Amino acid sequence: MITRAEVCAVACADTWQDAGAALASPFGTIPSIGARLARLTTAPDLLLTDGEAMLLAGTTALGEESSSPVEGWMPYGRVLDMLTGGRRRVMMGASQVDRYGNQNISRIGPWDRPKVQLIGVRGAPGNSVNHTTNYWVAKHSERVFVESVDLVSGIGHDRARQVGAKFHDVRVVVTDLAVLDFTGPDGSMRLRSVHPGVDVADVRSRTGFELAVDDVAETRLPTDEELALIRETIDPRNLRDQEVPA
Amino acid sequence: MQDKVLTADEVVAGLSDGMTIGIGGWGSRRKPMALVRAILRSPLRDLTLVSYGGPDVGLLCAAGKLRKLVHGFVSLDSVPLDPHFRAARQRGELEVAEYDEGMVLAGLRAAAARLPFLPTRAGLGSDVMALNPGLRTVTSPYSDGEELVAMPALQLDVALVHLNRADRYGNAQYLGPDPYFDDLMCAAAQRSYVSCEAIVPTERLLENGPPQSLLLNRTHTDGVVETPNGAHFTSCAPDYGRDEAFQRHYAASAKPEAWEAFRAQFLDGDEQTYQKAVAAFHESAGSRG
Repeated sequence: MITRAEVCAVACADTWQDAGAALASPFGTIPSIGARLARLTTAPDLLLTDGEAMLLAGTTALGEESSSPVEGWMPYGRVLDMLTGGRRRVMMGASQVDRYGNQNISRIGPWDRPKVQLIGVRGAPGNSVNHTTNYWVAKHSERVFVESVDLVSGIGHDRARQVGAKFHDVRVVVTDLAVLDFTGPDGSMRLRSVHPGVDVADVRSRTGFELAVDDVAETRLPTDEELALIRETIDPRNLRDQEVPA
Repeated sequence: MQDKVLTADEVVAGLSDGMTIGIGGWGSRRKPMALVRAILRSPLRDLTLVSYGGPDVGLLCAAGKLRKLVHGFVSLDSVPLDPHFRAARQRGELEVAEYDEGMVLAGLRAAAARLPFLPTRAGLGSDVMALNPGLRTVTSPYSDGEELVAMPALQLDVALVHLNRADRYGNAQYLGPDPYFDDLMCAAAQRSYVSCEAIVPTERLLENGPPQSLLLNRTHTDGVVETPNGAHFTSCAPDYGRDEAFQRHYAASAKPEAWEAFRAQFLDGDEQTYQKAVAAFHESAGSRG
């Protein structure tokens, strides 16, 4: 039986297909599985780190000590420099995201006295104006998919147009329900595919703004090879089920 | 050559209210925690802190030492959010200048190079511009005409960093995988103080690591403090990893009454008392997490 987490992981893997020899920076369990899976299948040239400063030549299992050969050194300073040159791609989280892909991870509520202080803008402003940026949302809900985010950390398509951000490239949001892109009117969010067992109505009712909906596909299932890689090589401890319950 | 060995309390005695202090490390990694604890014991106040933030931010918030924080994030890594920083923000107590991580880097580089600003794309179109109304953009004077953010120099009065080894003269060495931005913090500061796990004779520095591990040279260092386990409870690879059990205890103690007890147990005494209390914490907890 194929789980929802496995469908999500493959949807994330598909986002790295054309990345070439770029530094992959996935945040979260499912995006990390996706990046590793991509390297073992469609994107063999991706650079992956050990979560700290080492680039690993091998693809290690999640949550396990690496025995992989090291192929390079990527301390934070180099990451920040490399991202401005564009040879990096991220899949980040989003506490809030709006119809144009404006993302918030900084705080909820008033700026000066937030209702909920979150982590801060981190690298989102820089990522979203310098290289391909995709988002991962583990629990698709109206609290995340909002009409207007409380603070724009990563910039969306409307803001990018306003400031002429020539390297802005926010492509997709993968969630536990669906894959969304920004090919709707004026670069707005469009429902690209729903995961098996999910209705379009479910996604709409759990999205706090009107989605563009035309030809909605079903998100593809993992192949047997992909399933074996996820279950045996990449995530033998089933950490994926903690992020997206079966 | 000038001998620069000081105690943590001597370093802090040389600081003044209202100073802008840069703290090295990243998140909950290689933070100069013994120096932070010395600030907690001091009467210093109204500080502006520039940090890739971890528990340095949380502890200084809990002690009411900060007027303003300049940051891109505050995280304990394995614990995503620092509860004291959150609480201070949610009470509306703490002024912040929040930037993209790369903007902080540009600001430090500008200060280190004595430039008024450096251009960067990061921040364009985001609410970082609105959050920092003093921020300006600049138009490329070349044919591309691109509009960029003019990130102002983040000039520091003082930088505080923790490295693995140093000599008495202020040459300092990191042995872990990442230098973070400690060298830049020091270059951006008027005065810099390095705490370290051990002071070694200069001729023995290369016994510990290759020449490129010598991150700071003595031009940038005004004082050296030997303070073993001085980054605790943050990591100081390869000398020790993050003390996860203690960090969880720190985070779980953030509620007012529990915090009183935490402070009394760990922070009210000197550094030696702190280290003894930590050892006792692990003895009573059974094993070190």
